[in-house]
Amino acid sequence: MGLSLTKAAQWTTASSGTGKLEFTPMNESLLKEILCFVEQFSSQHPQEAEHVFEEPLQWRTTLVASDFKTEYDISDSAVQSHEKDSEGLPLLQFSPPAVYVRSFSQLSKLVHLADDKKLEEVRTCLEENRDPVVKILGRSFATALEREDTQTDILSLVDKVKDPAKDSETKVKLCLLLHNMDKQILSKLLEEISEKVSLNPTAVKNEVELLKQLCSEGEKRALKSLRYTSDFEFSNGCRTPLWRQPHGEICYLVIEPCDTETLYITYSTAGVFLNEGIKQEGEESGYERTSDVYTDLVTLLKSRSPHFAENINEQDFAAQKLPSTHKFQHVESVDGEKQGQPQRSYEQQEKNVHEKTKQQHTVNKAGNRNKYGSSKIACCYISSLCLIMYFLSYTYSVYIVICWVLSALFLFSKTSAGAVPVELESSTDSEEEEEQPARHPEGNTDLPPEYWQIQKLVKYLKASDQKATVLTLYAMMDLNLMQETCQLAIRDLGGLEILLNLLDTKEVRCKIGSLKILRKISHNMQISRTIVDMRGLQRMVTTLDSPNKDLKALSAETIANVARFHRARKIVRNLDGIKKLVKLLDCGTPNLAQVSANQEKDVEVARCGVLALWSCSKSCKNKEAIRKAGGIPLLGRLLKSPHANMLIPVVGTLQECSSEESYRVTIQTEGMIKDLVKNLRSDNDELQMHCASAIFKCAEEKETRDLVRKYKGLQQLVSLLGKADNKQLLAAATGAIWKCSISTDNVAEFQKHNALQTLVGLLTDQPEEVLVNVAGALGEFAQIPANKPTIGKCGGIKPLVNLLIGTNQALLVNVTKALGACATDKDNMTIIQQLDGVRLVWSLLKKPSPDVQSSAAWALCPCIENAKDAGEMVRSLVGGLELILNLLKSTNNEVLASICAAIAKIARDEENLAVLTDHGVIPLLTKLTDTTDDRLRHHLAEAIYYCCMWGNNRESFGEAQAVAPLVRFLKSKDTAVHLSTAKALYQLSWVPNNVITMYERGVVKVSCSVVVAAFLSPH
Amino acid sequence: KCRKMSAMNRKVIQTLAETISKQVEHFNKTEAECLIREFNLLLGEPTNMGEQSRAGQSEVQEHLHHTFDLTDDIIMDGAFRAFDKDNDGIVSLKEWIEGLSVLLRGTLNEKIKYCFHVYDLNGDGFITRRRCFPTEEDPDEGVKDLVEITLKKMDHDHDGKLSFDDFEKAVREENLLLEAFGTCLPDSTSVEAFEQYVFQEQLEQ
Repeated sequence: MGLSLTKAAQWTTASSGTGKLEFTPMNESLLKEILCFVEQFSSQHPQEAEHVFEEPLQWRTTLVASDFKTEYDISDSAVQSHEKDSEGLPLLQFSPPAVYVRSFSQLSKLVHLADDKKLEEVRTCLEENRDPVVKILGRSFATALEREDTQTDILSLVDKVKDPAKDSETKVKLCLLLHNMDKQILSKLLEEISEKVSLNPTAVKNEVELLKQLCSEGEKRALKSLRYTSDFEFSNGCRTPLWRQPHGEICYLVIEPCDTETLYITYSTAGVFLNEGIKQEGEESGYERTSDVYTDLVTLLKSRSPHFAENINEQDFAAQKLPSTHKFQHVESVDGEKQGQPQRSYEQQEKNVHEKTKQQHTVNKAGNRNKYGSSKIACCYISSLCLIMYFLSYTYSVYIVICWVLSALFLFSKTSAGAVPVELESSTDSEEEEEQPARHPEGNTDLPPEYWQIQKLVKYLKASDQKATVLTLYAMMDLNLMQETCQLAIRDLGGLEILLNLLDTKEVRCKIGSLKILRKISHNMQISRTIVDMRGLQRMVTTLDSPNKDLKALSAETIANVARFHRARKIVRNLDGIKKLVKLLDCGTPNLAQVSANQEKDVEVARCGVLALWSCSKSCKNKEAIRKAGGIPLLGRLLKSPHANMLIPVVGTLQECSSEESYRVTIQTEGMIKDLVKNLRSDNDELQMHCASAIFKCAEEKETRDLVRKYKGLQQLVSLLGKADNKQLLAAATGAIWKCSISTDNVAEFQKHNALQTLVGLLTDQPEEVLVNVAGALGEFAQIPANKPTIGKCGGIKPLVNLLIGTNQALLVNVTKALGACATDKDNMTIIQQLDGVRLVWSLLKKPSPDVQSSAAWALCPCIENAKDAGEMVRSLVGGLELILNLLKSTNNEVLASICAAIAKIARDEENLAVLTDHGVIPLLTKLTDTTDDRLRHHLAEAIYYCCMWGNNRESFGEAQAVAPLVRFLKSKDTAVHLSTAKALYQLSWVPNNVITMYERGVVKVSCSVVVAAFLSPH
Repeated sequence: KCRKMSAMNRKVIQTLAETISKQVEHFNKTEAECLIREFNLLLGEPTNMGEQSRAGQSEVQEHLHHTFDLTDDIIMDGAFRAFDKDNDGIVSLKEWIEGLSVLLRGTLNEKIKYCFHVYDLNGDGFITRRRCFPTEEDPDEGVKDLVEITLKKMDHDHDGKLSFDDFEKAVREENLLLEAFGTCLPDSTSVEAFEQYVFQEQLEQ
């Protein structure tokens, strides 16, 4: 508390006496941190909390006697705590308006009592006790803490003090606790600050530069002079001492206006103000603010210097300033920060550094390319490190040592080009789908050890004839082609272009050599992009037509690497590449298990073709193109291969494409399910994973589900659940089980292998992809009544309920569905109620997703139906009924239907129906009667039926004109609609007026048999 | 008389072809027959000299040059030596057909042997640095450097020269090295063209 208060807090006046804490964002967060510390203190450190302060903390509180509850003696307006020290004095005393507190436990309690005014209390307390630590621990301890030395110092202090009291140990602990809190708060504040400071220096610089120009224009000049107090600029743009930077201070200026005295100005993130006169670097005082805070320098100057105000050509200045402010506004909108406090995120700052290095790079390329950039980045790193280290240790001597070490590091990075932090590279786009504008992170690339070798070879490549080219390519193959620095060096030295140009020649051996290198370096996303930009795909797709099998295979393999982003895949398609690749699959060998030496090459060509198709199949249009080119049966043929390296891309492509219904049908009709199931038994995890994924997608079709059972795939899927370490495989296997369990026959089969028990076990500690599938599967399993109690007995309800607090929509939909299905079992319902599950499901109605809303509402129906004291339970959910009624305004029919169904359940409790009626359920339901959706009609009529049974609701429905549209429901072809409508009409017909309406609308004319059938139906 | 002669001639060629197709890989009897005719044409002898037909170095080299577009003199010398298995300075019919069988349809193994033979200029069983690029008087630094790199990489037993074992191993690892030191095999287009000409067009006559 000590240091953070004296150094970080921003006081209105000088640091001694009773100042006020300013209302700045930094103080706010400081207060919050301290509050948090105090609040948690007595629970986290009960022993230390009992410690009695040396002196009471005393301040004027806003609390009144009535705020104090038990544990206090309240007499008139004065209050004393029950808790007393060893001498019998109360630890808290309150005589309005002052309060005296002598222990942390009492502080915690008081803060708690203050409730929403607690921040205010902390603020006043700190303002009126400028040396809280002295009061808490006594002077000697406080100075120890102030000295900010290591723990040993404090411990040695214990010996010295030789405190007669026994609590010295507690005191030391308390001392350490305060010390630690100090550290934490400072580092937290620093974090916030480092986010904030970043942009402003640039803005300041711009403004200062502009103003400097105004100094030099002879008579017309607006200012005499303007200078920084310090010429040294930190890499974050600040020119203030490090320890002032947390205050947001960016720089100090000394400005001589033409008409008034010299102005000493502080430019901080919060604004511009006059200070006590900082003339140059290294001043120890004068930081205090002596004027109002202005939004910018020009405003301050205008208010101080009439000459300046007169002379500054507003428009000129504004025009000049425009670009920069414009830029800031843009940044603001990104950050969502307050106006006038342009800030940017750390990332952006980093980017900026990045761009700078890039610019420098274009200037001094080639040979010493890295030096400047790396040192710049290193400098940035070091200074931020400095800041952090400073505040973490904040012992001056330690600080100096650190600075010394870091400056040594800095020098080192200047001389060697190898000290670039790798994190900056952060290849964000390794796996991404969408393309970003090509980056040239030259600033971050180390020179590979083979740099000169590469340069030499590229030179040979440029100059040599065919014979030497082959040798050069051969030599290049020896490079570490999978290493990024190497890959980029080949590109940057112009090698990539030549390699691609070689593909245009007639020299087969050169082409092969070139492709052998390309297929490796194209693993790098940046290289892939450059290849596409250099029209490399065009050349490779053309090479696919070559009669040379090596060439075909190599081209296809390289295309597989390059086609990892959308634009590349589109180019392949537009070049007719998909057709050519599909052609490669036809290796003409009927029996892939026994391949002659001759056929081996054909098979390899086919394999590479599939690899390329797999990459391409990630675009929808390509899936279609593969199908049109006749790829599916060929894939089916390759699926017979016994080799995993062939099967993985084949099944990978199939599962990728199975998102399309046409594929799912063809896969099933071409008999591939059998092979997919067979390969589930492979000993290759990746292959198993793709097979399971393919089955997951294909099992949308009922026939497929049956086939999986027929080929004994279900058993295999269950056994895959044992490989719980491989999460991808687990996700795929559970997915397949989920979809297969849609068929009840499959569920029975699964049960033979105890799938349910295993699945329940997978409801905890799994990634969301797995959880979604497991919950989905349980939902399907629970459709069979016998499984419901099993799920409960295996302990499945609790983890399901726990999952209700997640945010993943798919997961929420599946979990609610499973819970809803389980809720029809009484025992399960008891557990759900015990775990407060209904309230959790109910609260999901607040989610924005219609899927979640409807799924939750459907789940509520069985819950309400089976809950004990359902009516009471529903009433206990504050705002629950309003929430339900509000969803009747949804535009999604599924949501409406589910909500109507829920209302039908709720309305069975009279009291709740009364509440619903009060909240206007009748007009809301009536409004929905114009729907043509049969599912909605069914549940709507059901809801109306139950809502009729209260007060004058039958009449109200009539008056709201719900009867006529209801009669129209009878014309629907859906018997479920007939049934519920008939029930609703029966209720409504108790009111004569309604009967008249029905008669007018021709209810009698509507096929009587419909009504009769409805009534007679066993429902 | 002439017809009788040619009928007899045909009979001889057929017998010869039968024998050769059994001794040499990759060609059937008909193809062997075509090659015999081609050989006779090459020698400019309309009549069949049977097994006694011989071709000199210049004739063989000229033929290789024209049909397969192989140009490098040193390589051509090597090729002749590779054809001339018994080292008698001339290429017999059988030697010629054997040579062509490698050039046209050889397996990788056969080709490795052939190429090594071509590159082994002095026949001592090694490819040496000095001999790799003997064409130009003074090859530029780059080429020298490349040869150096390549030889070093291929020289598995690190004895400074390339034995057949070294060569074979390196080529098996990287097929591109088969003709590392100069083109000595015809490319696929000229192979196709030649086969088309010899085996089909001749038969049609």
